[in-house]
Amino acid sequence: MTTFLGMPGPPADATSELRGSVPFPVAAEAGLTNSRLRRNLSKATGTIRAKRAAVVAEVADWEELREAGRAIKEAALARLPELLVELEEQVEARGGVVHWARDASEANAIVVDLVRAKGVDEVVKVKSMATQEINLNDALEAAGIRAIETDLAELIVQLADDRPSHILVPAIHRGRAEIRQIFLEAMPGLDPGTLTDDPRQLAEAARAYLREAFLRARVAVSGANFGVVETGTLTVVESEGNGRMCLTLPETLITVMGIEKVIPTWRDLEVFLQLLPRSSTGERMNPYTSTWSGVQPGDGPAEFHLILLDNGRTRVLADPAGRSALHCIRCSACLNVCPVYERAGGHAYGSVYPGPIGAILTPQLTGLTGDSVNDSLPYASSLCGACEEVCPVKIPIPEQLVRLRAEHVEAYASAHRIPSGEAAAMRTASWIMGDATRFARAGRSARLGRKGIRSGRAIVPLPPPLSGWSSSRDLPALPEETFREWWARTRGGERR
Amino acid sequence: MRIGLFVTCLGDVLFPRVPKATTALLERLGHEVVFPADQTCCGQMHVNTGYQRDALPLIRHHVEVFERALADGCSALVAPSGSCVGSVRHQHAEVARRLGDDELAQRAGAVANRTFELSEFLVDVLGVTDVGAAFPHRVTYHPTCHSLRMLGVADRPLQLLRAVRGIDLVELPDAEVCCGFGGTFALKNAQTSTAMLADKIAWVRHTQAEIVTAGDSSCLMHIGGGLARLQVGVRTVHVAEILASTEDAPWGSGEVPR
Repeated sequence: MTTFLGMPGPPADATSELRGSVPFPVAAEAGLTNSRLRRNLSKATGTIRAKRAAVVAEVADWEELREAGRAIKEAALARLPELLVELEEQVEARGGVVHWARDASEANAIVVDLVRAKGVDEVVKVKSMATQEINLNDALEAAGIRAIETDLAELIVQLADDRPSHILVPAIHRGRAEIRQIFLEAMPGLDPGTLTDDPRQLAEAARAYLREAFLRARVAVSGANFGVVETGTLTVVESEGNGRMCLTLPETLITVMGIEKVIPTWRDLEVFLQLLPRSSTGERMNPYTSTWSGVQPGDGPAEFHLILLDNGRTRVLADPAGRSALHCIRCSACLNVCPVYERAGGHAYGSVYPGPIGAILTPQLTGLTGDSVNDSLPYASSLCGACEEVCPVKIPIPEQLVRLRAEHVEAYASAHRIPSGEAAAMRTASWIMGDATRFARAGRSARLGRKGIRSGRAIVPLPPPLSGWSSSRDLPALPEETFREWWARTRGGERR
Repeated sequence: MRIGLFVTCLGDVLFPRVPKATTALLERLGHEVVFPADQTCCGQMHVNTGYQRDALPLIRHHVEVFERALADGCSALVAPSGSCVGSVRHQHAEVARRLGDDELAQRAGAVANRTFELSEFLVDVLGVTDVGAAFPHRVTYHPTCHSLRMLGVADRPLQLLRAVRGIDLVELPDAEVCCGFGGTFALKNAQTSTAMLADKIAWVRHTQAEIVTAGDSSCLMHIGGGLARLQVGVRTVHVAEILASTEDAPWGSGEVPR
C-alpha cells in the first residue's frame, strides 16, 4: 500500500489538542499569578538550563553536530514521500503493519479499532507527544478503553485530570505535596499515615502501581522519537524504563508517529542520540534507548502496528518558509530558556506544544485565520532569540515568529473589510514615517505631549493598548527638542 | 572617516541625548559625522508586529536615504542601537524579497553591509576599545537581546566600558535574560513583559549600581520606565553617553549633550 503525498493535507482537525479557549495574553494571567507555578518553573528551568549548558560545553563539535542535525532533517523532509514509502516497506517486510492517518480523528479511530480487535479494555502508554496531540486518551475512553500513562510525570497529570504543561516534564507545574495528594486519591492501597512527600516514596508508590499495569497489559501504545528508514526501525528515547516495559511486555504494540520523524539511516540516528539527551534532560546519554524493527518471534510483541500521522504536517511541509518547524525533535531546550514560557507557564499556549516551538508549530499545524486563538501565539514572544541559540536542529524560531505575525495580519485583512484599530494605527504610522517632513512635524508635535505627562504618567489615562505600557512603566520625559531640531539649530549651516 | 549617523526614530524624537552623545564621541575620535536629515524609521516595529506591507515603504525610504549618504562619501553608517541595526541587517532584504521586490532586497543588502552598531563600529572598524572616556559611577551593563543574538556584539560593549576611567563596572546576574521589552510585545503581552521586567529590576537592584546601561534606547526606556515607576533610584544611561563622557566634559555637566 502506498499513499500519494504530493498534495498538502488539511490542517490539524478539531479533535487535536492544539487549541486553547482564550488567546495567549488572557491565558497567561493564570500562570503569571500562580506563585507555585512561578516558583516551580523558575527553579526547574534554571536547573535544567545549567545542566544543559554544562553538558553541551563538553562537546567540542557541538556546533557541527547541530548543523548535522539540521542538515539531516532538511534533507529527509525534502524527500519525505519517498522515505515514508520505504519505511512502510521495511516495517512490513519485518512483520509490522503500517497505517496512514490524515488527521487526529483518523489516527484515533485506527487505534480504537486495533485495541477493540484484541478484545481488551485497557492499554499502557509510553509518554508520547503525538498521542497527546491527537487526544488519544479521550478517544479511547469514549470507546470504553482505559489508557494508563506510565511515564511518572505523565501519570501525575493523568491522575489529576490535568493537562501537561511542558514537553519533557509535563507535571512541571506540580509540587510534591500536591503529587502526594493526587496519589492518595487515585492509587488504591496507599496509607496516608505513612506516605510522605519524599520523592523516593512517591516514586515507589508509582512503581508499585505501574508494575501491576505492565504485567496485566496486553496492548501498549507508544510514540516514536525517530523512525530509521533503512531497517524500518522505530526508536523511543526515555529516562525511566517504563517505555521499555511497554515496548517489550505486551503482545501488541501500536506506535503513533508524526511523519516528520523519519531519518534515512542509523548513521543519522547517531547524531540525534547525541543532540537529544544533552538538549533535553541535560544528560550525556539517556538511560533507556529502545529500538525495534517489525516483530521477532519469541521476542517482544507478536503484533506491531505503526500509524503514520499527518494532522497538518504536510501543510507545514508545503511552505518552504515554515517547514523547518518540522525539524523539531521535541527536546524542550527552547522552553527551558524562554523567559516568556518560564513566567506564563505551558498551559497559556493552549496546545500540547508550548513555548517557542509551540508558538511556531501549533499555528502552522492548525492554520491562522486572523481571528483564531492560535493567531495570538506568534506574538507570545519578545523575540529575544534565546530559543534559536539552544535549538539542537537550528530552527530559526524568531524569524518564523516574525513571518507568522505577518501571515496573521494578512489573514485578518483578507477576512475583514474594516481594518483593525491596530492596522489603522500602523498604516498611519507608516504614512507619517514614510516622509521626513511629516515625521519631523510629528516629532515636533510630540513635544506638545510634555504637558500631558506628570511624574511619568499621562494626565488622561491612556487607551489600550498603550495602557499596557503605563500599567507598570513610567513614560519617558519628552525632550525639549528632537535630535533633528538640535542638529539644524547647532549645525544648520553644515552639509547634511 | 566620514560617518553617516543613523539616529533611529526613538533616538530622534524621545532620546536625542543618545545620538548627540554618539556624535560627540565619534567627532572626539577625529571623524566627520553627518546626519542624513531625511531619515525617519527603519520599520522594525511594523515588521515585528506583522505589518510588512506597511514596513515596505519605510524600508525603501531608509535604503534611499542611506544610499545617498554612502554616495555622498560616507564610509560607514552607524547607529547607537543593536535592534535597529539588527532589523536593517536581518530583516530589510528578507521583507523586500517576501513581498516580491528583489531589486530593493539587493539594495537593502548593500546598505546593510555598511551599517554598524556603535560598539561593533568602534571595536571592529575603528579598532579602539579605549575611547578616552571618564565616568566615575557604579554601572551595570544589560546586553540587549538583538545586539547579543542578532548581531553577535558579544563583549564589545564591555571591552569599551572596561576602558572607561573611574567606572565601577559591576556584573549583572542573569544579564543575558531578556528585559521583557520586545517592542509591541510590551503592550500586547503587558503582564508577561512586566513579569520579565520585575526580574531584571531585581537583579539591577542587587548589583547596587547607580546606573544601568545598554546599547538600545528602547530596552532602556522599558527598564527605566519600571525603575522610575517603582522609585528604585537607579538611572538608565545609554552606552554612547558613557563613552561620550570625559574628565573635561563629564556626563551631566551640560558639556556633553544630554
